[in-house]
Amino acid sequence: MAKVSKIRKSKKRSKVAGSSSKKPPVVYDDEQEEDVCGAEEDVSSEEDDGEDERKRQKLLEAIGALGGKRKHALAERSEAAVHMSEFSMTADDEADLSDLIGTIEKTPAATAQTKKHLKNLQRSKNTVECPLSKQENERIQRDVAFQKAALEVSRWQSIITQNQRAEQLVFPLNQEPSGPKPIEQVVMGWEARTPLEKEIFSLLAANKQPILDAVLTPAEEASVKAMDLEQVKIRRAERQKARALQSYYEAKARRERKIKSKKYHKVQNKAKRKEFVKQFEELVKTDPAAALEELDKMERARMQERMSLKHQNSGKWAKSKAIMAKYDEGARKAMQQQLEVNKDLTQKLVTSLSKEEEEEEEGEGNTDMLPDFVNDAEFKQDSSNPWMRGRLSEDPTEMELKDTMDVTAEGASAVTKEAEEEEGSEAEGTEEDALLREFDSRRKQRQDQESDTSAVIVNDGDDGVEEDQVTEDKVAEISDEEEEGLSEFTRMYRGIGKSLEKDAGSKDGSAELEEGLMRIRSVDDVDLLPQETPTEPQQAPTPQHQKSAEQQPSRSRKRKKGIELREVLTKETKVIKVPLAPTVTDSEEKLDQRVLIEEAFAGDDVISDFAREKRKREDEGKPKVIDLTLPGWGEWGGLGLKPSKRKRRRFRIRTEVPPPRKDQHLPSVIISEKRNSAITPHQVSSLPFPFENPAQFESSIRTPLGRTWNTERTVKKMTKPRVVTQLGAIIEPMADEQLLKGKKKVSARRRSRNTKTRTQPAK
Amino acid sequence: YAKLSTHGCISYVVFRFQMKVKVLSRNPDDYVRETKLDIQRVPRNYDPSLHPFEVSREYTRALNATKLERVFAKPFLASLDGHRDGVNCLAKHTQSLSTLLSGSCDGELKVWDLTKRECVRTLQAHEGFIRGVVVRYCGTSFFTVGDDKTIKQWTMETPGYGEEEEPLNTILGKTVFTGLDHHQNKSVFATCGQQVDIWDEQRSSPIRSFSWGVDSFSSIRFNPVETDLLGSCASDRSIILYDMRESTPLKKVVMTMRSNTLCWNPMEAFHFTCANEDYNLYTYDMRFLEKPIKVHMDHVSAVLDVDYSPTGQEFVSASFDKTIRIFPKNDGHSREVYHTKRMQHVICVKWSSDSKYILSGSDEMNIRLWKANAAEKLGVLSHREREAANYSQKLKEKFQHHPQIRRIARHRHLPKIFSFYRFGFSSTKPGSVPVLSEKEKHVVSVVK
Repeated sequence: MAKVSKIRKSKKRSKVAGSSSKKPPVVYDDEQEEDVCGAEEDVSSEEDDGEDERKRQKLLEAIGALGGKRKHALAERSEAAVHMSEFSMTADDEADLSDLIGTIEKTPAATAQTKKHLKNLQRSKNTVECPLSKQENERIQRDVAFQKAALEVSRWQSIITQNQRAEQLVFPLNQEPSGPKPIEQVVMGWEARTPLEKEIFSLLAANKQPILDAVLTPAEEASVKAMDLEQVKIRRAERQKARALQSYYEAKARRERKIKSKKYHKVQNKAKRKEFVKQFEELVKTDPAAALEELDKMERARMQERMSLKHQNSGKWAKSKAIMAKYDEGARKAMQQQLEVNKDLTQKLVTSLSKEEEEEEEGEGNTDMLPDFVNDAEFKQDSSNPWMRGRLSEDPTEMELKDTMDVTAEGASAVTKEAEEEEGSEAEGTEEDALLREFDSRRKQRQDQESDTSAVIVNDGDDGVEEDQVTEDKVAEISDEEEEGLSEFTRMYRGIGKSLEKDAGSKDGSAELEEGLMRIRSVDDVDLLPQETPTEPQQAPTPQHQKSAEQQPSRSRKRKKGIELREVLTKETKVIKVPLAPTVTDSEEKLDQRVLIEEAFAGDDVISDFAREKRKREDEGKPKVIDLTLPGWGEWGGLGLKPSKRKRRRFRIRTEVPPPRKDQHLPSVIISEKRNSAITPHQVSSLPFPFENPAQFESSIRTPLGRTWNTERTVKKMTKPRVVTQLGAIIEPMADEQLLKGKKKVSARRRSRNTKTRTQPAK
Repeated sequence: YAKLSTHGCISYVVFRFQMKVKVLSRNPDDYVRETKLDIQRVPRNYDPSLHPFEVSREYTRALNATKLERVFAKPFLASLDGHRDGVNCLAKHTQSLSTLLSGSCDGELKVWDLTKRECVRTLQAHEGFIRGVVVRYCGTSFFTVGDDKTIKQWTMETPGYGEEEEPLNTILGKTVFTGLDHHQNKSVFATCGQQVDIWDEQRSSPIRSFSWGVDSFSSIRFNPVETDLLGSCASDRSIILYDMRESTPLKKVVMTMRSNTLCWNPMEAFHFTCANEDYNLYTYDMRFLEKPIKVHMDHVSAVLDVDYSPTGQEFVSASFDKTIRIFPKNDGHSREVYHTKRMQHVICVKWSSDSKYILSGSDEMNIRLWKANAAEKLGVLSHREREAANYSQKLKEKFQHHPQIRRIARHRHLPKIFSFYRFGFSSTKPGSVPVLSEKEKHVVSVVK
């Protein structure tokens, strides 16, 4: 009953609480309160109980005495402890604190301290507080336990909020990442399983061989450890130096290899050779045996070269070059070089060395005057041809002939003659020699002139045509100071041109014939062929020059230029400015089109139509007069009878004037102020929940999602589903590992943030 | 020279009349695929002026997608019949997706193969109701409790031919057990009846008993994340929380009406949802029991069971009003309702562990298998199908507030009675009752 009433009470209390504050009340356990009250009651009535008990006991004794003997016969079995206390006193006897203290004072064993304590106790009259009741105790325990559990559960807070905010959740959670694993994991996870593998591994382990691919074997490691620090340092320094040197030499070699100048390489080679010879001579003096060995080596190399087909112009490359040689001077040169190399290598060493020296001396003498001559084809031809070389070197009139300007037709004819004759007979008399010399000198002159005009001139192949022109252009554009030089130059050229014209006149017929007749049998023949060719490139531009020089000797330089291919090429497309016929026709066509359209829509006056429509709309909106008079109603009606004026005035209704139209000042616009009821069911009437203002909502609607408007990647990103599950995979509840993962993520993020903040001040 | 000079002339002519001519030139590399298995490359121009009316076009697409969703919404997959009395409890297998256990009111327990949709094993587990079934976390055995005051442990394997179905273990209790749940990863289970008992599998007496002035409990559930916590629904309209390691309960919240069951969110350690007699479901944060964090309303009769999706994003509820409803975890109203003419009061419901299916057991002895997403295509989707589905899903989300789309998306074919209950008449005068928010209305008190 008490319990029921208590519950009622609590309900009342809860109602009151509910009305006053909206929070549901926190109620403490009802039973417990009740019990506490009970306990208090017990405490208050304890003394009365003691007296009652005594009385009852007396009564029982009295009743027992009435029975006499029988009671004694039925002895009760009882626990001794109830009646016996540890101080050998019955429970009925009361023991006071003073009694106990009295006994202590008598016993000598008790310490003074305890005696003091007891005395203090006797003096103080406060009662000890009652221990907490069981219910209250439990409530406290519950509270503590709940706090603990709540705290424990709260560690999931971060991961839960993280998941709530996540753009995409993928389940099951503990999926292994797809794709290749890091190699360390795979290797470390691997174990020897089969007996063979086990055996191999035991052997490897026994011999201290590396099981994993270590950089050093254990033995090596041990030796490394054995070395002391100093030694290691020295070694390291040495290695560093060696490496630096190596890289330096490599760089140098690379640099040298890249130098394209043949002259440089030639000089270099020569220096090397000289060096070698010097060394060799020293060696002869100091160590004849070694020198002999060297000689032997050289001899062997020579023999090898003689045996082999190297540098014989018989390979694939050489054949291809032979075909090209007719037109390409470069190819010719290359072949000659090859042959030269061959000759060098196959010559007896000592003799070749001495000859070379001689030649070098000659070359040095020549280079002063003819720096570019070194690269020339014919010079090389000479050098490769001992027959030619011998004579040229002995030529005494070389220097004298250099200055001669007149070029006669004889030269050209002589060349052809020479070519023919050479085929026939190898050696002829001094006539040939003279001719040769003459030709040579002429060529030298030409080259000198060219070198004067510009260093850029490259004298090979078809390119010569353009480049000559270019140089001419340049020359033409040079300032007036140089005009004199230029005129000289042109005069010179003219002269050459004349001669060449003559040449051409004489040659035109024969050149083709010769082509047909000539037969290349050997490389030497090939060498002979191009004797005409070097003249050709210079011939190309000459006619124009001649013309310009002859016809308009005093004209401006621009005219002289004639057509410059380079300029035309590099010029921008201004050339289109030239009025072209098709454009004219085009515009005409356009006009036609326009006329055509105008014709087609001749009767279609859009503007007036629009105006009419607008007027119509305006008229619709104007106030109207509605006449509701009924003829014959309330008065006579009939043919010729009109309703009375009064009646008409009364039943005529005027509608109200509408507000002015919005488009009344806009002539080209009709604004309809009617609501379009067809759209309304598709329009959102109120702002939906997560949005705070209409603009936000509209912008969310305005951005399209589809691939018509977005790139593939964007579409993929935007249409990512929020939750992804795998078909047929059991999704386990979240486990503690997720918590760790989440923590890692968070800490990583924090770390990155920290590093960012750290790097910022550095910037 | 003639040759050369003519050549020069020609070149001159050419350059003189050089014009800028625009020619359509296409590099085959840009549009020819290397193998026929490659996707055709389609050059695209995203210039917005070329693709006008994006909003209206997407709106139309969204509308069509919504309509198609309703067209394809066929959630009912199968009905498993075989029980001879109402199905009282269901249990998922922890390791196998295709296995389902169901206990009926006549004490019969059936094990189902869901892929074949047939019963693979039947056993008479108890006399009277089977009140609870639960599969051990390892999936090798399961426990049942019944009205005959016993807890029985059974092996998952079907006994061989001629062998009798016998429990591995039987514990005789003093009182009737009304609920049962197993620990997530320990060999400990909990029962409820007149008090909540925690049992060790190896012992025949409970290792711990909790009672807090209540006579009977209707359900008990272990927290799947914080695995030592429990929650129970008591007959005195309260929900009580326990910690298995403590000797006392933790806290209880008293509501206006009794809760039938509760279910913890498997992804959020401190959230649970309880199914209440007052037609609503309440989601609580166990740390703050003073006020539910969400009230889920839509049922028109007492809610009997609730189960969370394993993803923790949604839950399903079974009700006495013969419907199943699916609620997003933080939405006040259901996103889906399943109902068939023949389905009676739904007593128990489970969401399958791959989050794709829902199983419901009802009074009329049938277990029904439903799709969790009514219009979802099951099975392997091709890449393009998936892309299209994702896109239409996003479109539906984007335009969900538009009245036409909302109307179509929310339309369900339900008997009239549901709408009547939902928008029934209120008999009180406006203003006569103080306005209380829905969340605060239903909690009477929190007891420490």
